[in-house]
Amino acid sequence: MQVENKEFKPTIVAFCCNWCSYAGADLAGTGRMQYPADVKIIRVPCSCRVNPMFVLRAFQRGADGVILCGCHPGDCHYSTGNYYTRRRMTMLFDFLDYLGIERARTRVEWVSAAEGAKFAAVMNDFVKGVRELGPNKRITDLRCKPEEKEGE
Amino acid sequence: MMQQVVDIMRKRALQLLGSGTVNRVIGWKNGEFGYDQTPAVFKTEDELSALVYDSFSSPNLSKYLIEESKKEGKILAFLKPCDTYSFNQLIKEHRINRDGVYIVGIECCGMVDINKLKALGAVGVNGIADDGETITAHTLYGDKTFKKEEVLLEKCLACKGKKHVAFDELIIVNAQDDEAKPRFDGVKEIEAMTPDERFAFWRSQLSKCIRCNACRNVCPACSCLQCVFDNPKSGVASKATPDTFEEQMYHVIRAFHVAGRCTDCGECSRVCPQNIPLHLLNRKFIKDMNEFYGEYQAGADTETRPPLVNYTAGDVEPTVISDKGGDN
Repeated sequence: MQVENKEFKPTIVAFCCNWCSYAGADLAGTGRMQYPADVKIIRVPCSCRVNPMFVLRAFQRGADGVILCGCHPGDCHYSTGNYYTRRRMTMLFDFLDYLGIERARTRVEWVSAAEGAKFAAVMNDFVKGVRELGPNKRITDLRCKPEEKEGE
Repeated sequence: MMQQVVDIMRKRALQLLGSGTVNRVIGWKNGEFGYDQTPAVFKTEDELSALVYDSFSSPNLSKYLIEESKKEGKILAFLKPCDTYSFNQLIKEHRINRDGVYIVGIECCGMVDINKLKALGAVGVNGIADDGETITAHTLYGDKTFKKEEVLLEKCLACKGKKHVAFDELIIVNAQDDEAKPRFDGVKEIEAMTPDERFAFWRSQLSKCIRCNACRNVCPACSCLQCVFDNPKSGVASKATPDTFEEQMYHVIRAFHVAGRCTDCGECSRVCPQNIPLHLLNRKFIKDMNEFYGEYQAGADTETRPPLVNYTAGDVEPTVISDKGGDN
């Protein structure tokens, strides 16, 4: 078996809500579905708990991609939390796009507790997108390191 | 033309002070030069003689009313049309005591950008006159006349309209046309760029930032008692923190924090000593919210729920971002 050491291993932060997506990830695990080990799951009580600053902080501390997973709209354990998430994150991610941060580094997905297969598929797809982009350099230095340091 | 308005303002202020309706007045007075007007509180007839109002009276007085409206007795506030939006927004957020303020709405013909005047060669400006079509700058070296659209502040070129949304009475001598001007051209221009160009643009702009916090301090939406960007350990109030995270993210976080509450008063860009077009950040949020969740103007009234603390079951999905095409 060939081992590729040179392949870029992105750091992906996945915020998963306790009630749906985290259970969905669990199901993907117990169902032995494969998804990249690059995904670091952070469990939150509700996708609505994710402050935009968490996302920025993740990027700033070295994440190459951030994905938010929550219950499907209408299925929130707290009734309405994910509706707010939906608006908030649409705004934030479109804003990051506006600043020139690549779109494929951010995503919101609705994954229910029964959708282990979807969870694995989403993660595979997301990681593939981030891997194509390469390491995240932009969001850490919006304000501003000298140009030549970029390659470091 | 403006002199006439100032005379009426002063007369009305004296009447209201005399009758005891109010016990002080907030307006503008001249600063060090003829073009750097400063908000000021007047209490007597003597002090009121320093009241000025012309095309340099751009400072938005609404934020000062947070503190002023809590003091004893009423304060008379002269508010321009766009200042009343900020006022309404602060009422909505329960920051201003409405009973502590008596608003006299005053007409606005557009405010002049001193930097544009200087760039066009007006040196030693010590006064200004507006005759409707043109702006005449009185300088130490004689008068200079400019076309209005050449020298107006960016926020006035994108005027929301000349209607006051909150007032107790109005002083309007010269009626203005109430047309709102298109304001998203700058945002669209950036949206049309490739991600690389956008990043390069913002990097060059935000790199100029010296973290003086002027944009935050002037912003009527930035009225938190304690700001996340204050460092209590520094010993100096409002001193920027040395934390790199906050350094880098300052503008992103600030823009998000005022999203849905920003009335687009344009003060941030006006006060920026580095001339960073900060309004383009806030306007992006306004444009997005208008597109995705329906037209919303912060401060237009005191009841409507802002888009980010509201929802409908049929809101657009976040995939709208990746679906919009273009690069990346």
